Amino acid sequence: MPTVAPLDLEGHVVAAEFLGDVPFFATAAGTIHRLDGGEKVTEAHQGLLACVRDPHSATLLTGGEDGKVLRIAADGSVDELAHVPRKWISVLAGGPQGAVAYAYGKSSFVRQKDGTVKEFTEERSVEGLAFAPKGLRIAAARYNGVSLHWVGTNAPAADLDWKGAHTGVTFSPDGRFLVTMMQENALHGWKLEGKPGEHRHMRMTGYPAKVKSLSWSPKGKWLASSGAPAAIVWPFASKDGPMGKAPLELGTRADIMVTQVAFHPAEEVLAIGFVDGMILGVRIADGKEALLRRPGKGAITGMGWSASGKLLAFASEAGDCGVIDISA
Amino acid sequence: MTDTATQKPVPVTVLTGYLGAGKTTLLNRILSESHGKKYAVIVNEFGEIGIDNDLIVESDEEIYEMNNGCVCCTVRGDLIRVVEGLMRRPGRFDGIIVETTGLADPVPVAQTFFMDDDVRSKTELDAVVALVDAKHLPLRLKDSREAEDQIAFADVVLVNKTDLVTPEELAVVEDVVRAINPTARIYKTSRSGVDLARVLDQGAFNLERALENDPHFLEHGHEDHVCGPDCDHDHGHDHGHHHHDHDHHHHDHDHHHHHGEMSPIHDVTVKSISLRGGEMNPERFFPWIQKITQTEGPNILRLKGIIAFKGDEQRYVVQGVHMIVEGDHQRAWKEGEKRESRLVFIGRELDREKIEKSFLACQATA
Repeated sequence: MPTVAPLDLEGHVVAAEFLGDVPFFATAAGTIHRLDGGEKVTEAHQGLLACVRDPHSATLLTGGEDGKVLRIAADGSVDELAHVPRKWISVLAGGPQGAVAYAYGKSSFVRQKDGTVKEFTEERSVEGLAFAPKGLRIAAARYNGVSLHWVGTNAPAADLDWKGAHTGVTFSPDGRFLVTMMQENALHGWKLEGKPGEHRHMRMTGYPAKVKSLSWSPKGKWLASSGAPAAIVWPFASKDGPMGKAPLELGTRADIMVTQVAFHPAEEVLAIGFVDGMILGVRIADGKEALLRRPGKGAITGMGWSASGKLLAFASEAGDCGVIDISA
Repeated sequence: MTDTATQKPVPVTVLTGYLGAGKTTLLNRILSESHGKKYAVIVNEFGEIGIDNDLIVESDEEIYEMNNGCVCCTVRGDLIRVVEGLMRRPGRFDGIIVETTGLADPVPVAQTFFMDDDVRSKTELDAVVALVDAKHLPLRLKDSREAEDQIAFADVVLVNKTDLVTPEELAVVEDVVRAINPTARIYKTSRSGVDLARVLDQGAFNLERALENDPHFLEHGHEDHVCGPDCDHDHGHDHGHHHHDHDHHHHDHDHHHHHGEMSPIHDVTVKSISLRGGEMNPERFFPWIQKITQTEGPNILRLKGIIAFKGDEQRYVVQGVHMIVEGDHQRAWKEGEKRESRLVFIGRELDREKIEKSFLACQATA
């Protein structure tokens, strides 16, 4: 049975991520807590809206109600990357070589490590950003589709159009597919191979609620999603992705919604967080379930695995966070 | 279920009105007066709000059509995101106020609080408050549809800047507002000087409270509907301007014909249909209201009503916005209370005869 080391924080916790072997917890109030030989606290924002782990370095990227974009290092030190007074920064992404993308209003920005910032204007407000795996392009999710910008050139954006509001975006690890979360209860996908303008659409529908969390399996064969009383896991192994295929439904519970999903870094094992605070671990191969945490005080709002895959940190809407040791 | 799910929903007030109607003055009063409550305010631009407050959020109006084939199913995408952020730390404020731009359509704002599940689970639309510039309303109605929509859609209308018009002009403005929206409560004010208790925490969209606050629903001309706290104050002003009134009066005569053409009512395209009937047969009424909101939804701005069902001891309250319609039992009929059904539609191009006939056909005795 896995053991849970609880960490009770005040109020809503937005994210839980590991940097090395140290778990980090970002609160909506703006503090960053880390368990590094005892609990240590960094005062980062006056109101924190978003916190992502930079996939290219051992740092966190955060955006806040104070209009700041910050990089938080493993020792808790803070580097201010941007400050836009009076704007809320709730959309950001990390790219290679210290690049960071963030957005407010109808503009996306890419800041390089040397501090140069490039602005990309959009027709509509940007709701989600993602770097392509090699970092040469960024995708900006917006109303009626996605804009694909070349980071290094002034070439015009490629528009991927699909009617409706797109609220988040992710590339598959091999860069062949792009998937968005939508305001209505659906995902939309594009197969990026082929000639420009010939991108093939993938509609992934049937969710009873909005999808808020997506996670790719380590080699990109599966895309797990929240938004249903089970984790909905779409197959992306074949060249046409999930087209014409049914997804797996893992960790099904009667009417308790899944709020977060996080694939293990090495194995095809999915951590599934629920609205009642319960967490299940499920193996894709045979659907075998393990209870990782019993229901708590509030919905699971974030989960992050340690690099070794032995520890899982989780964040909750009600502040009852913790670290699960699955090797025990 | 969870701690946050059992929290009382935070009330949201939507403030509409043309540039110069007095929205900023009212907001400044709400933010600065000591009423013991704190409000988060979502604005399009910080502009003239001269108050430094962590809870003022600037947001770019972003209207999303829902992908369900219904053109009137629109929401404000930016509000979904801002409200989600605000509600992560709900202890900071008692209510949320959304200020719209002068030309904004209030409908997507209101529908956001019905159509987005996350927003709906944590907040509750409290009331739509429209500020009207008494001096400029006739002109606004002539050159825009939004001014009319804002009044038609409101639960509370502040006819502001009453000190700048004559009693006669004010009476016309009031008649126009009443013609566009017979269900709104109207307050006559100058410098947005209204008792804040009549603007905030109204529960106008709350089915339990909606008509409880409004015992004379649809009884036109009752003083509850038109009396404002500034009444005495305004009368004082009126007397002071008496001499001016005469000048204007003369002026009016010269242009009498022209004035008739410019009659604000002439420019009004929104109308209301007030229906009365006896006890209803629920098996007829529910399919009827579903059908009418589906087919006429784009033309219906608001609907409100109290329904008496045959054999039902409770009053049934309905209300709607375009295609969204909600209903619930409100309270038991009181002894001696007349069991009749009353329903108001406010909208455009509504066929009164057809709607009335089909409504009356839902009666239990029909």
